[in-house]
Amino acid sequence: MLFVSEDILREIRGHGAEDYPNETCGAMLGVDSDADREVRALFPLVNRRDDSPRNRFSVTADDVRGAERAASQQGLELIGWYHSHPDHPARPSEFDREHAWPWYSYVIVSVAAGQPQDLTSWRLADDRSHYLPEEVTPRASARRA
Amino acid sequence: MAIKLEIPTALRPFTGKQASVEFEAATVGEALRRLTATFTDLQKHLYTEDGRIRSFVNIYVNDEDIRYLEKENTPIKDGDTISIVPSIAGGSAGTASGTGRSL
Repeated sequence: MLFVSEDILREIRGHGAEDYPNETCGAMLGVDSDADREVRALFPLVNRRDDSPRNRFSVTADDVRGAERAASQQGLELIGWYHSHPDHPARPSEFDREHAWPWYSYVIVSVAAGQPQDLTSWRLADDRSHYLPEEVTPRASARRA
Repeated sequence: MAIKLEIPTALRPFTGKQASVEFEAATVGEALRRLTATFTDLQKHLYTEDGRIRSFVNIYVNDEDIRYLEKENTPIKDGDTISIVPSIAGGSAGTASGTGRSL
């Protein structure tokens, strides 16, 4: 379960629309417990894939370190990444899976003709064979009776 | 020689949540082999099936990328710190895989 506030969901969708037709990307900072995790802030990043930005994104090790520092300064953890799939479904590609790290949440927002659409989250299976869907719960509706 | 190996958050579930571990080793490759021998589930995340370090796995010795040193043969000395730092990649090309669509 990934808890995300409506504001942050709007922000992710907005970044996807702003960077269309290129892929947007950024880090998600938040808190993690064994069962649930919550995104508390975003750390937008520059897509470093100059050669193929419409269907690839890349975050360098230096950018990852920058995101980790930003998380630490806010008392948070780097818990995952978001990126967009311009004119493609919000499902991980084989390329996504091959390059994924375990543990992180990978949020994908589909952007069709410049308009953000579906938003999904995924986590890599420990044996790397596939992605597991992770339920995204807007924080406002996350309160349980 | 004892060197410290820093584990990124994403791999800590495979090291009993340890953020760093110490090993005796003379080269980076030897330290990584000891790491994966101790925590065997790390092997597939750090190495390809043919035994090469994955492209998105970056290894630093005291903040120097081993790609610009002697790669896995980079010598290490007592007190050095080896860091495993992720880089992140992905993208939509190939999304049709497994969906029934073809690009």
